[in-house]
Amino acid sequence: MDLFELCLLGLLVVCGISTCLSRNLLAALVIFMAYSVIMSIVWVLLQAPDLAITEAAVGAGVSSVLLFLTLKKIRDIRKKDQDEKK
Amino acid sequence: MKRSDLKSWLKTWDAGEFDFTAEMGKTEPEKEHPGSASEHPWKRRPVNRLEEGEIWAFRRIYPVAAALLCAVMIGFLLLTVEKLPPFGRADNPAHNQVMERYVEKGMEETGAVNAVAGVILDYRAFDTLGESHVLYTAATAVFILLLSLRGQKEPEAEKRIMQMDPLLRSTARIVVPLVIVYGIYGILNGHLGPGGGFSGGAVIGGGLILYATAFGFEKLEKLLNLRTFRIIVLCALCFYSGAKCYSFFCGANHLQTIFTTGVPGRIFSAGLILPLNVAVGIVVACTMYGFYSVFQRGRI
Amino acid sequence: MLQGLWNSRIPCVSVILFAVGFSTLLLHRNLLKKIIGLNIMDTATYLFLTSIGYIQGRTAPILADGITDAKCYVNPLPAGLVLTGIVVSVSVTALMLALTVRLYQRYHTLDLDEIYMAARREENREDRT
Repeated sequence: MDLFELCLLGLLVVCGISTCLSRNLLAALVIFMAYSVIMSIVWVLLQAPDLAITEAAVGAGVSSVLLFLTLKKIRDIRKKDQDEKK
Repeated sequence: MKRSDLKSWLKTWDAGEFDFTAEMGKTEPEKEHPGSASEHPWKRRPVNRLEEGEIWAFRRIYPVAAALLCAVMIGFLLLTVEKLPPFGRADNPAHNQVMERYVEKGMEETGAVNAVAGVILDYRAFDTLGESHVLYTAATAVFILLLSLRGQKEPEAEKRIMQMDPLLRSTARIVVPLVIVYGIYGILNGHLGPGGGFSGGAVIGGGLILYATAFGFEKLEKLLNLRTFRIIVLCALCFYSGAKCYSFFCGANHLQTIFTTGVPGRIFSAGLILPLNVAVGIVVACTMYGFYSVFQRGRI
Repeated sequence: MLQGLWNSRIPCVSVILFAVGFSTLLLHRNLLKKIIGLNIMDTATYLFLTSIGYIQGRTAPILADGITDAKCYVNPLPAGLVLTGIVVSVSVTALMLALTVRLYQRYHTLDLDEIYMAARREENREDRT
């Protein structure tokens, strides 16, 4: 149990730091999703199952989807600009 | 790191902000750009010598500054954590009579088996009321910002490709009903076990998002458009406000109402917690789906 | 001191994550990265609050089997407070993302410095005319 907790905490820190350091935005978002899932497992270990369910649905689901959609929207706008420039 | 860069960066840091107004006056007046408004004159042009000065210095110094700030902050915060009461002990000052009261009298007073649901929907229901209004306000603000983008139709080809994806569709056909049923279970079971309005509503919202991604918006649109969204969310919020009004009017002394606490452990028990859970779940699910829809195609 | 830090390792991890998120929020130029940094800060704060409410060897506050002894369960109060916070943080994220999309439409960049300079430039032009 202790080892499992340590692994989770280590992964949490690694995911947090690599989200901030990665240059590719898409990769950063995927790592952020993984970070949220790990965080929800840590909350199960801390005996807070309500929080775990909410974080898994909200952090890894909805807010990551919103970030992806923003990225897609920005790419659409950029593509439209390039087309107009031509 | 060159010393001159550091000095110039420190100068701007000292000034508090990057002030460009003084430099702006010295640059030659901009030529008028005839033609379309979509042309952006400030792009791809040497802005002025400031950009090569302070901004560039700042960009070069950024990793060092970030690492430094991070390390200093971690150091200070770890010193503070070390002075805190030890982690996980039962005699920490955080576990005082409030917690004892909530756990020991909670089931008797609220009828909820899940103490967290009892705390957020009965003892501290006004907190949750304000929080659902925050959600609604945020949804309104997002709609104001993004609904007005006209002529932003999603590309037809891309839409078709996404809906033709057999893997996504066949997976969604199995997963979506399970997700939505689990969300409904979470909402209805909120006072008996882990779950509740927030988590169940978020799960249902996730299921709706998956459905919309796999099968398109056409069928969902009949069920949930801007009109029905408004009606549903406003009804849920008004019900919540009305249901908690009685405790507001009688000065937080809960009078006897028709909603009794019932037998703890049954599904129809715990007074108002179950209907309030349903109201909160509806608000959360609709808001999540509304966010997705507005971000995806500019309307709901 | 190291022993103390080791015993309270979950609060330690949460403050490390808080510092990482804070430096991203403060020093990164990309708006999306700033938003991710703010989200990391949020979750780190929630982790810290939850770890305050945790008590070793006790179970989640679901009063099954009619046992209502406070010595059997962890503190339900931080969990209740954090639960509302998580949902607020997603709505704040959505609002910030909507603002980011509008800023990109106006200035065609995600770089905060460039947006700032372009805005100053526009102001100047308006003043001159």
